[in-house]
Amino acid sequence: MLELQNLYFQVPSDTGATKEIIHDLSLTFDDHTFIAITGPNGGGKSTLAKLIMGIEKPTSGKILFNGQDITDLSITERANLGISFAFQQPVRFKGIKVKDLIALAAGKDVKNPNTCDYLSKVGLCARDYINRDIDASLSGGELKRIEIASIIARNTPLSVFDEPEAGIDLWSFNNLIKVFEEMHEGSDNSLIIISHQERILNIADEIVVVADGTVKARGRKDDILPELLKGTEGCRFYQ
Amino acid sequence: MDAIQKNLLEQVAGLHEMPSGAYNIRANGQSVARSTSAHIDIVTKEDKQGIDIIIKPGTKNESVHIPVELSQSGLTDIVYNDFYGGDDCNVTIIAGCGIHNGGDKDSKHDGIHSFFIGKNSHVKYVEKHYGSGDGKGERIMNPETVVELGENSFMEMETVQIKGVDSTKRKTSAKLADGAKLVVTEKLMTHGSQYAETSFHVDLDGEGSSANVISRSVARDDSKQFFFSKINGNNKCAGHSECDGIIMDNAKISALPEITANHLEASLIHEAAIGKIAGEQITKLMTLGLTEEEAEAQIINGFLK
Repeated sequence: MLELQNLYFQVPSDTGATKEIIHDLSLTFDDHTFIAITGPNGGGKSTLAKLIMGIEKPTSGKILFNGQDITDLSITERANLGISFAFQQPVRFKGIKVKDLIALAAGKDVKNPNTCDYLSKVGLCARDYINRDIDASLSGGELKRIEIASIIARNTPLSVFDEPEAGIDLWSFNNLIKVFEEMHEGSDNSLIIISHQERILNIADEIVVVADGTVKARGRKDDILPELLKGTEGCRFYQ
Repeated sequence: MDAIQKNLLEQVAGLHEMPSGAYNIRANGQSVARSTSAHIDIVTKEDKQGIDIIIKPGTKNESVHIPVELSQSGLTDIVYNDFYGGDDCNVTIIAGCGIHNGGDKDSKHDGIHSFFIGKNSHVKYVEKHYGSGDGKGERIMNPETVVELGENSFMEMETVQIKGVDSTKRKTSAKLADGAKLVVTEKLMTHGSQYAETSFHVDLDGEGSSANVISRSVARDDSKQFFFSKINGNNKCAGHSECDGIIMDNAKISALPEITANHLEASLIHEAAIGKIAGEQITKLMTLGLTEEEAEAQIINGFLK
């Protein structure tokens, strides 16, 4: 469903030289698959997610979605082809209500019962939230859950989550695991989740380790997790 | 009343037909329709243009509509409307001005509205401004609102100017007695080469009085806006003003807040933020399938809602 071919992504550094964030990265994702991407901070994971959504454009390389070259397509065009993206730090809006965002995400005028379902899946009581502005009055954790609810509402063939667990408390985290399991099992959609959480890595079909801007390892959790759990010191992926 | 006049009335007062309750409709410098109720009287001023609106003590859940419209190009209309609200009232006042200028001469309306509100009353005041017509003549509105709020009275004021007014200078001043509360919400959008100036002067004279002045504005194209607010805390009181502006294209917004505490127990806050639409907001809405233009429109509509 998604192919990343020899991606490079460079940015100008403070010294004026270029800094390479992604280096010759190639990956293929099959249909109906749940991939967890993990790796050290600064290794290029979030950039990779942004390249898939089109928020950043690669310096070179190609991205194919269901066989179509989407490298030069805009964010909007990719969204309409069926890619969703949950931000690591969700955006706040003055004057846009939770129900407005969910309706925009669902692409239609979502009536309360549906909005309620999406919000309750992420552990929020719809009655308390649908009419609230997505502004500074919401906590980071609430915002994060609303972001995830908007991705559930979109229900697209591919959803990319950038560290969905960040800022989520333990109780909600348990629910979050269920949400991802349901999203994966209840449809043919694919999930790519960037995460440092062992429990998320545990429920993924495959784990991809990204470090230094490229793929260091890929495999089933039984092969990858033991290496990761040895800790960073001495871990072959982190060297 | 012709189609243009009917459209102006609908835009500024949401009226499709004559309203229920008390009203006075002013068209092209003259009062064209009026109705009073058992509790609300409307009397023509004898010394100058305008009306006195007298609301009897204890009037509950009544409304007064006093829209003004100008469709004759080149007209300058200055009108003084004074509201005398008794004690223990609960009323809604819908004002507003629509100018249609299809000619080459400037059309101008200056409305001076004064409110003298008694004790324990609740007044909601809604004012919308709207301009239309493709003549070269400018559509100019300079509204002035003067408020004197009695003990424990509460006034909510909503002003909206979204479209078509070339130049506006809005002045609002208020004096609050003990326990009185004022909440002002202003929504403003300018485009083309429009100019809008808005100034608030609030004196929190009474013990336990409070004021909250919230302005949200969007300036597009080559338009300019100037926001000035002054809150004086003269007693144990709470004052808050907030100016939130979005600039687009070549527009300019200035905000000049002033808060003065003349009493040890005065608690005053001002917040001001001006900037373009955050790029990440547009990006987020694009990830939901909106185009950049749709995302921008959605953000502005929400902001001014």
